[in-house]
Amino acid sequence: MDLSTPNGMTRRHFMSHLAGSSAAAAAAWTLGGNIAAQADEMRRNRKSAILLWMGGGPATIDIWDLKPGAPTGGPFRPISTTGNAQICEHMPMVAQQMKHLSVVRSMSTREADHSRGSYYMHTGYVPNPNIEHPSYGSVIAHELIEQRPELEIPPFVSVGGAGAGPGFLGMAWSPFSVTSNGRVRNLKMNLDDQRLLQRMAALNMIESGFAKRTRDTPAAEHAKVLGKTLDLMTSEQMEAFRVEKEPDEVKERYGTDNFGQGCLLARRLVEAGVPFIEVDLGGWDMHNNIHATLKDTKLPNLDRAMSALVEDLAQRELLQDTVVMWMGEFGRTPRINANAGRDHFARAWSCVVGGAGIKGGLAVGETNFDGTAVETEPYSSEDLMTTVCKGLGISTETTFTSNNGRPMKIAGGGKLIRELVA
Amino acid sequence: MKSLVLPFNGLPCKGLLFAGFFACLSAMTAPAVNAAGPAAPPQVAMINDSIEQVWRDFSIRPAAEVDDATWCRRVYLDVIGRIPSLEELSEFVSDRDSNKRANLVDRLLNDDRYTEEYANHWSTVWTNLLIGRSGGTDRRDLTNRTGMQKYLRDSFAGNKTYDQMMYELVTAEGSTTPGNANFNGAVNFLVDKVNAEKGTLATSSVSRIFLGQQVQCTQCHNHPFNQWKQQKFWEFNAFFRQTRALRRFVDGTRDIESAELVSQDFAGEANDPEDALVFYELRNGLQKVAYPVFTDGTEIEKSGFVEDVNRREELGRLMLQSEYLDKMIVNRMWSMFLGYGFTRPIDDLGPHNPSSHPELLENLGKEFRANSYDLKKLITWITLSRPYQLASTLSASNEIDDPTIGESPKFSRFYLRQMSAEQLYASMVTASNAQSKGSYEQQEAERRRWLSQFVVAFGNDEGTETTTFNGSIPQALMLFNGDLTKNAISLEAGSFLDQLSQTGRSPKDRVTRLFLSGLARRPTKNEVSIASKLLVARKGNEPEMLQDMWWAILNSNEFIMQH
Repeated sequence: MDLSTPNGMTRRHFMSHLAGSSAAAAAAWTLGGNIAAQADEMRRNRKSAILLWMGGGPATIDIWDLKPGAPTGGPFRPISTTGNAQICEHMPMVAQQMKHLSVVRSMSTREADHSRGSYYMHTGYVPNPNIEHPSYGSVIAHELIEQRPELEIPPFVSVGGAGAGPGFLGMAWSPFSVTSNGRVRNLKMNLDDQRLLQRMAALNMIESGFAKRTRDTPAAEHAKVLGKTLDLMTSEQMEAFRVEKEPDEVKERYGTDNFGQGCLLARRLVEAGVPFIEVDLGGWDMHNNIHATLKDTKLPNLDRAMSALVEDLAQRELLQDTVVMWMGEFGRTPRINANAGRDHFARAWSCVVGGAGIKGGLAVGETNFDGTAVETEPYSSEDLMTTVCKGLGISTETTFTSNNGRPMKIAGGGKLIRELVA
Repeated sequence: MKSLVLPFNGLPCKGLLFAGFFACLSAMTAPAVNAAGPAAPPQVAMINDSIEQVWRDFSIRPAAEVDDATWCRRVYLDVIGRIPSLEELSEFVSDRDSNKRANLVDRLLNDDRYTEEYANHWSTVWTNLLIGRSGGTDRRDLTNRTGMQKYLRDSFAGNKTYDQMMYELVTAEGSTTPGNANFNGAVNFLVDKVNAEKGTLATSSVSRIFLGQQVQCTQCHNHPFNQWKQQKFWEFNAFFRQTRALRRFVDGTRDIESAELVSQDFAGEANDPEDALVFYELRNGLQKVAYPVFTDGTEIEKSGFVEDVNRREELGRLMLQSEYLDKMIVNRMWSMFLGYGFTRPIDDLGPHNPSSHPELLENLGKEFRANSYDLKKLITWITLSRPYQLASTLSASNEIDDPTIGESPKFSRFYLRQMSAEQLYASMVTASNAQSKGSYEQQEAERRRWLSQFVVAFGNDEGTETTTFNGSIPQALMLFNGDLTKNAISLEAGSFLDQLSQTGRSPKDRVTRLFLSGLARRPTKNEVSIASKLLVARKGNEPEMLQDMWWAILNSNEFIMQH
């Protein structure tokens, strides 16, 4: 396989210079771990998660939990799937993959403002001005990194969006944002590696001096990010971002739009060993004219890309180790407003999840006849993510210490959604 | 710095000795002079008293006073949005006047040679605040970013008072686009916020930005933990219902040529302009009615005829009387200079969100009003206050003053924070003598292209966005390898490094000048020694060594942080 790095320098070449360079002795950055001999063994067990993030708040009542006949039902008909759940008629390709995915229809949350809801669904905590909670992406990357000592590219990649931040875990765990075509800016250094290392040595001296003088965290965090940047610049694994190398028929199966290509990129990143990838599809904030927009643009787009991703992961035997999640910050009101739209609604809505240790094909929980209330046990962001952790083999007893010294249980100490895990 | 053995010594000297310059270098290590100087206005003492009281309450000993050079860098960044040039730094450091800090603030605010940079910096800050980093960057936007900036630049250049600026932004009518007969740049604040969804975005933006009232949640339901109710949201919203944005297209396309913000008669949702009401829905579908009523309960006429009552003008007048107008702006300005405001977030004021220094917040607001909303005075008070003179070091005596772990800020040290993308850009340009290529328009276009790489918009109707210029990898890659850095470290004839190579008496002097230019301090012994090693590695090619060192300086935490 020809895996040249973008600047024509291989990592091994770079490492050999590092070993031989005297100036490099001053560089405190460790340039990645050992290239593990047991990589194959590791690869067999390593888990990943993909979050399909529907920014704006999707109308799950029109997609996953239809209410035909109810005054709130809207015009769409349910269709049967390869699993137990019936879903919207405008999602025929996803219907074919539903044996792999389960719908949680009893999500019930309290945040119906975009930024608060997004924060809550990404972290399991409500915003608190005094503490920044780490997002699930940062947490899962942090927990799964040990499975892949050979990983040189960032463990949390956000495609087509900004992702949610690392909070108190520190900038080194922040999402690496790329556009859906996988293009990474400013990757070329055009400098011989010896000289780069010498520059890094000088930089390291300035960095550590400043961190020592101020004794403050931001100064120290900066150095870690520089180390990761250097890793990435010199890594052959950056090849994973080159989604344009996929065959045309694969690109077309996913859809050549941004979200389709983003999902394809996510699969490549899973193959490369990235533990957490978020792919964003925005534009769900449909206060007006919702059903035409869903039918004509949003759902066909989602249907093609999401079905391609699940099918492809399954065919490559990656789905057994990869959790796929679909969610937004909240659902939308069952009531259709005067502008033929639906407004923000968090009290009763749906998320979708499957892959790795999560059972597919199920419909978990129920809402009432018109979708305005959850009738079975309600589930939260914390519950969903606790279940995902279980599916990924991460202990649900894992505890972090926040920067103000408080212990914080992973996924906010949610409860398992029993139906979804063995 | 004595008797370092360096390989530099054998190299030929270039240029002349900068006598004055090196005299000032020794001054930099001397203890700093009295911070505010004897001529500080009384508001400075008022700030100091309140801040020091909290230190006493918590038994905190504040950090030492920051040295002159670091303070100089700090105040340049905060007041005009860039670091000082080497010449500006040495001018300040060698100044023997006991009022030198006050004099510098005065110079940055009032000297003609800084008017343009002052206006550009604050125009940038307020453009981002009013229309976001992406406002007016899509060809379908009604907002004209250039028009917004022009209005703000002119306002800051003429030191328009804050109350007047607010009133103009809230009540503006006219065309978005410079050059049009009825151009009024102020309309760009609201032009993209009034047509969609009954002007809800105008409602939440005006109340949040100018009054510190977060009402966006109450559009659909009563707020769970502040005093705002859904009724109040729609009453505030009713002030915007005479306002429309009219589109003008480029001939034969759907591209927006310009837009015009106008006030039109509003018939009300029950079609009775004499009684122009709006409807809103409760969660249970029940319909309620709202008329324009200000946050303090003041009602205005119910007529929707502009001739009877111009609702936005009424709103502007009522806002001028609100104490929240004063509190919001002083809280905002304080947070821009000190890193944290008196509340978190800064634009959420009210009894539900207690402030760290309630008296100071209130008194500063009153003083600002009493001083005719003169922003330059407010900047003077803050930059001369004691907390702004402190070093950025955390020590045993002020360890508990750490807002990053959720403590309320005590301002007993200067909190480290990263420069904004705009400040970095301007600083790189200054530090590399790269300015003045092309017209203002060309430079601005270049700057916008560069800034756009960091903006990520969220997929919702509220136009929320974020920046990847946040200390993460894309930012580091940009500084490692991007064009901005390439230009800054260029050795081309006439470049910064080329010019530097021809000054000073030795390589060590030139390395010192590099550190002063970028970091406002001299290199340490270790840094000088690594420079000498680099010179060896570059086989005695000094410009290349300077290039390596300059690259390292520009990429360092110390460069990118305001400290």
